[in-house]
Amino acid sequence: MEAFLHQVFSGLATGGIYASMALALVMIYQSTHHINFSQGEMATFCTFIAWALIETGFPYWVAFFATVAIGLVGGMAIQRILLRPVENAPILTNVIVFIGLLVIFNSTAGWIFDHTIKAFPSPFPRGTFFDTQYFSSHEIGSIMVTLLVLVALYVFFRFTPLGLAMRAAAQNPVSSRLVGIRVSWMLALGWGLAAAIGAIAGMMVAPIVYLDPNMMAGILLYGFAGALLGGIDNPWGAVFGGFVVGVLENVLGAYVIGTELKLTVALVLIVGVLTLKPTGLFGKVVVTRV
Amino acid sequence: MGAILQASNLDAFYGPTQVLFGVGFELREGGITTILGANGAGKTTTLRAVCGMVRTAGEVRLKGERIDGKATEDIVRKGIAHVPDGRGTFTALTVEENLRLGGYVRKDRDGVAADIERLYERFPRLKERRRQQAGTLSGGEQQMLAISRALMLRPRLLLLDEPSFGLAPLIVKEIFEIMRTINREDGVSMLLVEQNASLALDLADHAYLLETGKVVIAGSADAIKNDEQVRRSYLGY
Ligand SMILES: Nc1ncnc2c1ncn2[C@@H]1O[C@H](COP(=O)(O)OP(=O)(O)OP(=O)(O)O)[C@@H](O)[C@H]1O
Ligand SMILES: [Mg+2]
Repeated sequence: MEAFLHQVFSGLATGGIYASMALALVMIYQSTHHINFSQGEMATFCTFIAWALIETGFPYWVAFFATVAIGLVGGMAIQRILLRPVENAPILTNVIVFIGLLVIFNSTAGWIFDHTIKAFPSPFPRGTFFDTQYFSSHEIGSIMVTLLVLVALYVFFRFTPLGLAMRAAAQNPVSSRLVGIRVSWMLALGWGLAAAIGAIAGMMVAPIVYLDPNMMAGILLYGFAGALLGGIDNPWGAVFGGFVVGVLENVLGAYVIGTELKLTVALVLIVGVLTLKPTGLFGKVVVTRV
Repeated sequence: MGAILQASNLDAFYGPTQVLFGVGFELREGGITTILGANGAGKTTTLRAVCGMVRTAGEVRLKGERIDGKATEDIVRKGIAHVPDGRGTFTALTVEENLRLGGYVRKDRDGVAADIERLYERFPRLKERRRQQAGTLSGGEQQMLAISRALMLRPRLLLLDEPSFGLAPLIVKEIFEIMRTINREDGVSMLLVEQNASLALDLADHAYLLETGKVVIAGSADAIKNDEQVRRSYLGY
């Protein structure tokens, strides 16, 4: 029983990471209806930046917040420079840009920081939390960080004029322009936020899986599965889906299918949701008149 | 009083298709002007052209300043509010969020809050439904919300695209009364596009008639009401 609980809890910890990645995907999907395949590589690249800052001697939290800021600005810059010119282009053009970004970030990370696997520090004390066997303190710390990010985003979108403007721009760009919202900057901000969330997820997962250029490849897949499960157009559904996928993956991996086949859980979920309930558990059913 | 908006030689295009051909008009400050015309004449496009929502050629001046070629967001910041074709409601947001968005570009936060309260006094039904999704409102309530959202900008000029569309006659009367009040009390100049020509001509002081993208008749509302051609084609008597 205790071992089972341990699997559930550490599933929640990785689930938090998946939830963050799911949220980052939804953030861009809501305003553009595109899935940013390079989300994982962007997160990995940010994590390398954090690693380099820490290696240089900056305190952990300084490196952490600097990386979040770099992610925010970098994400906005990518949208303005690379995505804006193809805003109205066919979806395939965008997909190609995403794949290009993926390859560029992946190989640049390998080129600058090389492909050796690196240990990444955790800001939380070593060992277990209050001597319980269920949680390592890094696990509980990273769940806390995930929850803090969610609360901050909720407050931002719900209570600030800028957050309201971003929601409006995602829903109805034409009307948004008519009230003076600079819609294309809202898209850029969405990219920036997604990149910043990804950076945090990367820094939280790196102490567990170690840092290398391909660190986030599988994680993005789990995040995508979570987003689809919860509903790709519903941020809170996606977060919930991310946690569910984390727990499922861990428990099934430990008791049913073994760790080697874990990634299939994500693939089965993706295919399952897409065929059985494409809107996910909490997604909007869009009824179109014919 | 002088003109608040002047358009001259205005062309408008959707992709390669030209829809307006050398349209010209002038709106008196503090007045209500209406643009009449059959379906597809280019009325909606004229309003879009003023707000930079379509590609145009020619000149549009707001109080003498050129605004053609500017981005919609910047034209809005100069004080032109547009209640578009189909109302442009943010249906998934609440009534109050819609109103807050209407005042998005304003810097005076207290003024925005005070204006929301004032609009609630004018439209008690919006107040009752302030936390409700705007998409759940009735057609008349949505039109009131759309006008209120536009007023949140504290506009100098209000563009209205068929505010009577799809509403019961009684509600239409109510909406037109509201527009008259807004014009008189708040001094907002208006450009009104309407299918319902007799209602529009009663409210407006000046009118233009568009046919296939060209102005064919222009004059005071009274003169146009008595114009033989307008009477036959648009007023039906
Ligand atoms: N988005 C668009 N793309 C291409 N053509 C358009 C578009 N919108 C309108 N048009 C064309 O432009 C012309 C003028 O349309 P517009 O909507 O301005 O007419 P309107 O006078 O507002 O008509 P209605 O009374 O039906 O609202 C029409 O021929 C229409 O088919
Ligand atoms: Mg129209």
